[in-house]
Amino acid sequence: MSGDGQVGIVLVSHSREVAAAVAELARGLAGGGTTAPVAAAGGTPDGGLGTSSELITRAAESVDAGAGVAVLVDLGSAVLTVKSLLAEGDELPEGTRLVDAPFLEGAVAAVVTASAGGDLDAVTAAASEAYGYRKE
Amino acid sequence: MLDADFFRRWLSSCAVLVDREAEWLTELDSAIGDADHGSNLQRGFAAVTAVLEKESPNAPGAVLMLAGRQLISSVGGASGPLYGTLLRRTGKALGDVAEVTPAQLAEALRMGVAAVAQLGGAKAGDKTMLDALEPAVAALGDTTDSFAAARDAAEQGALATVPMQAHKGRASYLGERSIGHQDPGATSSALIVAALAEAVA
Repeated sequence: MSGDGQVGIVLVSHSREVAAAVAELARGLAGGGTTAPVAAAGGTPDGGLGTSSELITRAAESVDAGAGVAVLVDLGSAVLTVKSLLAEGDELPEGTRLVDAPFLEGAVAAVVTASAGGDLDAVTAAASEAYGYRKE
Repeated sequence: MLDADFFRRWLSSCAVLVDREAEWLTELDSAIGDADHGSNLQRGFAAVTAVLEKESPNAPGAVLMLAGRQLISSVGGASGPLYGTLLRRTGKALGDVAEVTPAQLAEALRMGVAAVAQLGGAKAGDKTMLDALEPAVAALGDTTDSFAAARDAAEQGALATVPMQAHKGRASYLGERSIGHQDPGATSSALIVAALAEAVA
């Protein structure tokens, strides 16, 4: 990755409210104040449940500072839409990566790591490791 | 030979058939999915029709690439990226020639279907689109006469999903309760193959 900026984080959910709330939670748990850029891409443009490639593309562009963009997704069409946009080649900023991680826990780990200055590999690893966090 | 007009006819037939069967697709999807398959595809193929009227690509590959891209951006459900990938990969395989043979289309569609399988991670028998698409492309041969055989194979494939248990997508959460319902994705896939047969008629 090139550029001195922080890694950008995009949160894609079927629901506008879920994406926005998880973004807010991750920012808050990252210590508030200045965090790495986070953008929510939830639901369809009219506010319904679903996935919008337009909202995803716009969100990715808005957080791209040249250090790469980590995209976290909830399920189903969110996963497939991001995969197919990446397969297009030119739809998402260079250095955009789909991160295999649990949505909420991964988002928190990604935002904390990116805010601490971690590069795209570090952000991806931190988010994916969230799968290993057991609750009992 | 099949030119860009043939592919425009195919896609407009898709829009007509999806429109006509939208209620049924949504009904099937309300049994094992989230009850939006008909309306999602209606929106998607209406957008495809509109973009093809606005821009008129003059090569088969370009028509399919444009249509696929439009489906990815307008459907809003998993069927958007899946059908979008089917059309885009098929279009890419056809290249930028002005006309293609039925045999070339058959080969390109096989690549498109393989790309769908890869994207969704599904295989035959998982109660998905592939259960209609795979038999359809297997039935395609060197002539346009084989399009009718592909249509019949896709319809049989869709019907054969009834006793299957879903292993992919929202329906898989239902486990054994997904048995006894026809898969909406396989059903819409059969419509898309039927539209191919209509485009030569």
